[in-house]
Amino acid sequence: MSILVDRNTRLLVQGITGREGQFHTKQMIEYGTQVVAGTAPGKGGTWVEGVPVFGTVKDAVAATEANTSVIYVPAPFAPDAILEAADAGIPLIVCITEGIPTLDMIKVKAYLDARKVRLIGPNCPGLITPGEAKVGIIPGYILTPGPIGVVSRSGTLTYEVVYALTRQGLGQSTAVGIGGDPISGTSFVDVLQLFEDDPLTDQVVLIGEIGGSKEEEAAAFIAEKMTKPVTALIAGKTAPADKRMGHAGAIISGGVGSAQDKINAFRSVGVQVANHPEEIADLVRQYI
Amino acid sequence: MKLQEYQSKRILARYGVPIPEGDVATTAEEARRIADRLGGRVVVKAQVLVGGRGKAGGIKLAANETEAEAVAEKILGMEIKGLKVQKVLVDKAADIRNEIYLGLTIDQGAQRMVMMASAAGGVDIEEVARRTPEKIFKATIDPCLGLQMFQCRELAAGIGLGKDVLSDFVQVCLGLYQAAVDCDASLAEINPLVITGEGKLLAVDGKMVLDDNALFRHSDLAELRDLTEENIYEAEARRYGLSYVRLDGCVGCMVNGAGLAMATMDIIKLYGAAPANFLDIGGGARADKVAAALRIILSDENVCAILINIFGGITRGDEVARGILQALDEVHTNVPIVARLVGTNSEEGLNILASANLITASSLVEAARLAVDAARGILPSAG
Repeated sequence: MSILVDRNTRLLVQGITGREGQFHTKQMIEYGTQVVAGTAPGKGGTWVEGVPVFGTVKDAVAATEANTSVIYVPAPFAPDAILEAADAGIPLIVCITEGIPTLDMIKVKAYLDARKVRLIGPNCPGLITPGEAKVGIIPGYILTPGPIGVVSRSGTLTYEVVYALTRQGLGQSTAVGIGGDPISGTSFVDVLQLFEDDPLTDQVVLIGEIGGSKEEEAAAFIAEKMTKPVTALIAGKTAPADKRMGHAGAIISGGVGSAQDKINAFRSVGVQVANHPEEIADLVRQYI
Repeated sequence: MKLQEYQSKRILARYGVPIPEGDVATTAEEARRIADRLGGRVVVKAQVLVGGRGKAGGIKLAANETEAEAVAEKILGMEIKGLKVQKVLVDKAADIRNEIYLGLTIDQGAQRMVMMASAAGGVDIEEVARRTPEKIFKATIDPCLGLQMFQCRELAAGIGLGKDVLSDFVQVCLGLYQAAVDCDASLAEINPLVITGEGKLLAVDGKMVLDDNALFRHSDLAELRDLTEENIYEAEARRYGLSYVRLDGCVGCMVNGAGLAMATMDIIKLYGAAPANFLDIGGGARADKVAAALRIILSDENVCAILINIFGGITRGDEVARGILQALDEVHTNVPIVARLVGTNSEEGLNILASANLITASSLVEAARLAVDAARGILPSAG
């Protein structure tokens, strides 16, 4: 089963009629994901790629028992889409959208926490369990089933690492992109706990970057609670201070959040940290 | 997006935060006129978007308008941390009895806005946080309720504020909070918030940093962007929707994805050269965006080699290749370029690039080594 998504996931696509929504719905269906419904305001009753479209998430859930949602909706409207899905009872929401204002996400996260709804993202590529389900935009061909869990703040850097693992026959259980924003639905710690509890995952690869303290929290969690090995890669050793490096959450601010601090935090609890993406495969192999 | 001190203060003033009387000057003569109008002692402050202006000599007191003119003459045109001072703020000098720190920021761990106050005002708050964190008092703000008056009173009690300024302090806290919320600020700070000799509060400095992600709903604030302070290449990059940060090294990089772009810079450094820039072309970039990106990198005279690292998911290798050729058509250059294309349409992309004189690589390690070698003048032999 691995974690969070699998062949039993019943996926709803919010924003299914937009350019991104349509394109990725096709890709997800081709991968084998059960896409059971889509929503687009005012477009109920139409079809996209053989998927029925509803005007509201409530209607979609009532008709199809969708249990997971993926959101391809522009930033000004994405918070509303997340809230709508939570309100309609969807327990797992994956938001791909980049550019959502931070103060919006603070409110959205508080709403979700009160309802115990899990959000992955925003500003993330989604997640994928190889051979079972793809929820988001991670290219399916780079993965192969196996015992390594992957969790990352990045998009294409995740692909680089996963592809290197796959080419060396080191398969993955589930790859989760938690996103590059400062306020995220799911942290490294949340996913590490899930991998720790997953019988199909033997070890974890964690890809972090500058900014915030998610990596430091992960290091503390690994020291106290994890029995499975973790290998890390931290991007941004050469990043200057006080500059946003693409991702809204990737900024070394007030002396906090440097790559070296994160690398030190991991090494101090016995987590090996790769010097570059392709080196991860060598480190991971030691634990096979 | 950082706002200048004078811009931040004017916004805060609209929310009831008391600020000194003052105005902005772009010439020494203008500074003299403002000082004359204000009468008495003034402070002349460089308006540049960096900290440490005081230490750099960019903030000076002047006893009268003649001194103000002389001081402004020195400060205007000065370079502080690489930024040229083009404006000064001339404020009436305050009679400072006490200095407080008051600031609002986002606590990523708690996922909340947090208001912080300290009696250690007028100094580097990061130093205070490092050395004497017990001197900083925090109030975590409920996203549904907003900042409550009782929280402001608790902060006041923490910093030992006298009861004669308590209600003014509460108003300043609430004003700072409302300004930050209305403007979508990631940071809003008054350091120092001063208690004057007359027992009044005054925001002697003001700083606001706006959430770039929220500018779409603040066209008026977006217009406040100080274009004179922005590097023209960073401005050009922003126009094309590219993330670009200029650095000091000589190996330019162009990558799809912020994390991968940082990892690419890191591996260049690992193999012995320094990156010239961070540049993320984002996902699904079309040829003209790629061309703009390459042109921006080529405009940097420090660049002696370029590494293009594309791992295409929704980004297509053939579009990237077309963009590269487009740029090379427009900008003739001898700078060696290493292109590594993997993923969607990478074969097609490499075929398109065959006509150009590029060095190609299939792994990131190989690409990085070739780029670093090229930067040292070592090019792969032909054939």
